[in-house]
Formats: sequence, C-alpha cells, structure tokens
Amino acid sequence: MKLSDAEQTIERTESHAEDHHDEMRGKMGMWLFLLTELLLFTGLFLMYSVYRYLNTADFHRAGLETHVLFGTVNTMVLLTSSLTMVLSIAAIQRGRKWLSVGFLSSTILLGLAFLVIKLFEWSLEIKEGLFPGSTVLLSKPNGEILFFGLYYTMTGLHGLHVVAGMIVLSFMLVFILRDKITPTDYIKLENAGLYWHLVDIIWIFLFPLFYLIN
Amino acid sequence: MSDIAQEIRDEKKTHVEPINYGRYVLVWLALIALTCVTAVVAGINLAAFTLVVALLIAVTKASMVVNIFMHIKVEDRIFKIFLGIAGFTILIIFTLTFMDVFFRR
Repeated sequence: MKLSDAEQTIERTESHAEDHHDEMRGKMGMWLFLLTELLLFTGLFLMYSVYRYLNTADFHRAGLETHVLFGTVNTMVLLTSSLTMVLSIAAIQRGRKWLSVGFLSSTILLGLAFLVIKLFEWSLEIKEGLFPGSTVLLSKPNGEILFFGLYYTMTGLHGLHVVAGMIVLSFMLVFILRDKITPTDYIKLENAGLYWHLVDIIWIFLFPLFYLIN
Repeated sequence: MSDIAQEIRDEKKTHVEPINYGRYVLVWLALIALTCVTAVVAGINLAAFTLVVALLIAVTKASMVVNIFMHIKVEDRIFKIFLGIAGFTILIIFTLTFMDVFFRR
C-alpha cells in the first residue's frame, strides 16, 4: 500500500513535469514563429528607413497628408485590445470562464473596430486620389510615390495580420466555451495572445513612421 | 520523498503567474499616456530630434508590451536569449545596410 502511494506520487510528478515541458515547447515554438514574423516586417522597415534617408523632403511632405487623428485613435484601440487580451488570460487562470469570454470577445471586437477605422481612413485617402497608380499620386515626386507605396504595403500587411489574429482568437473563444481551454490548460490562449501582442507592437512602430512626421 | 514533494511545489510555482489585473491596467494607462505624449510632441518642431524622440517612445511602449503583456519579465531565461539574438540580428542587418547607403559612391 505504502509502495503504491509512492509510485502514484512519482507518476503524478512525472506527468506534471511532462505537462510543463509540453507547455515550454509550445511557447518556444510560438516565440520562434513570432520572430520570423518580426523579420518579415524588419525587411519592410529597412526599406522604409533607406528610402526615407534618400528622400527626406518628399517623405516629410507625404507624411503631412496622412490623418494623425485616425492613426492616434487606432493606436489606442489596439493598445486597449492588448489589455483585454491579457485580462482574458488572467481571468481564465483564476477560473473565471465567463469573464475570460467577455474580455476575449472585447478583444475581437476592438480588432474589428481597428479595421473599420482603417477602412474609413483608406476610403478618405483614395477619394483624395492618394492610392498606388493614381494620376494624382503619379504627378508627385518619386519620394512621395514611394511613401504611399510603403504606407499601403505596410499598413495593409499589418491589417491582414489583424484579420488573422481575429480568426485565431475566434477559435480560442470557441475553445473556452467548449472547455477545451481551462484554468489548468490555457497555453493555446496564451500563444494566441502572444500573436495579438506582436501585431500590436508592429503598429506601435508603424504609427510614428507614417503619421507623426511634421 | 521530500525531493519529489519539493519538485511538485516547484512545478506548481511555475504554473501560477502572480501578475494581477490592476498591474495590467496601470501598464495600459501608461501606454495610452505615452501615445498622447508622442502625438503632442510630433506637433512641436524639434528638428532632427523629432524622429529620435518618436522612436524612443515607440521602443519604450514596445518593451512594456513585451515585458508585461507578453510576460517576458517573468518567463524562462531562454526566451530572453531568443529575443536578444533576434534584436542583435536586426541590428546587424540595419547597420550593414546603412553602411552601404552612407558610403556608396
């Protein structure tokens, strides 16, 4: 009897350690993926930096034409969505399933709000004739054409990441509702959160580079 | 036996993350405040420093998100090494590229 107790304890310890290792592996895999995403955007930031250095005056003039208010509001929307994301994880850790569901839903809705604001902003710019290949833009100096090319590419690719993040988070919502994500096993939600924060961080850098040029 | 008990306790410790709701809200408030600061500062003409100030604020905000929201501050050392290597690689890429841009004739 005594022996089997000890054996059980050892078994439990091993399975516990195994769980922990699984979690570590999952998280490491996620971080490596995030770093490849970071490198993808690094290439674009590098291109931006070189072209800005070579066309300082044009970038300056083009930068005045983006709408600071849209950019600032969107920054705040995305930062707030990052907050609700971590709160959702904090809630599931404490076993508050419905609170977690609420916070996660808010995160998805804030992502949607970000995209809607972006849509308004882009429609406004397209109405002003500021889109790749437009006659208005092509009549401008090369540097300004480059600026708007980079603007649409980088914010567009970022927007796609927001869409991808929202899809992943929607799956997480279903997982929580079906008790596939629980207070003892929430690594999926944590990893999805890491992705969402990365998308937020990229925007933190896009914001000053495209909107805050005076 | 006591070794095993200790191990179980250690394992449990790594599972519980002690960061509370309030701390997250404080970090969020700081992030919003920094966004306001950077937007206002952009209106003031600081000549060459405008970009430097804007980027410094962006780096500060990003490190807050990485450390607190992404839990790097309380995470295993291996994750910090990951980030360090990635940061260093990016630094090399930028440095070498700009060496070319600066000194090309």
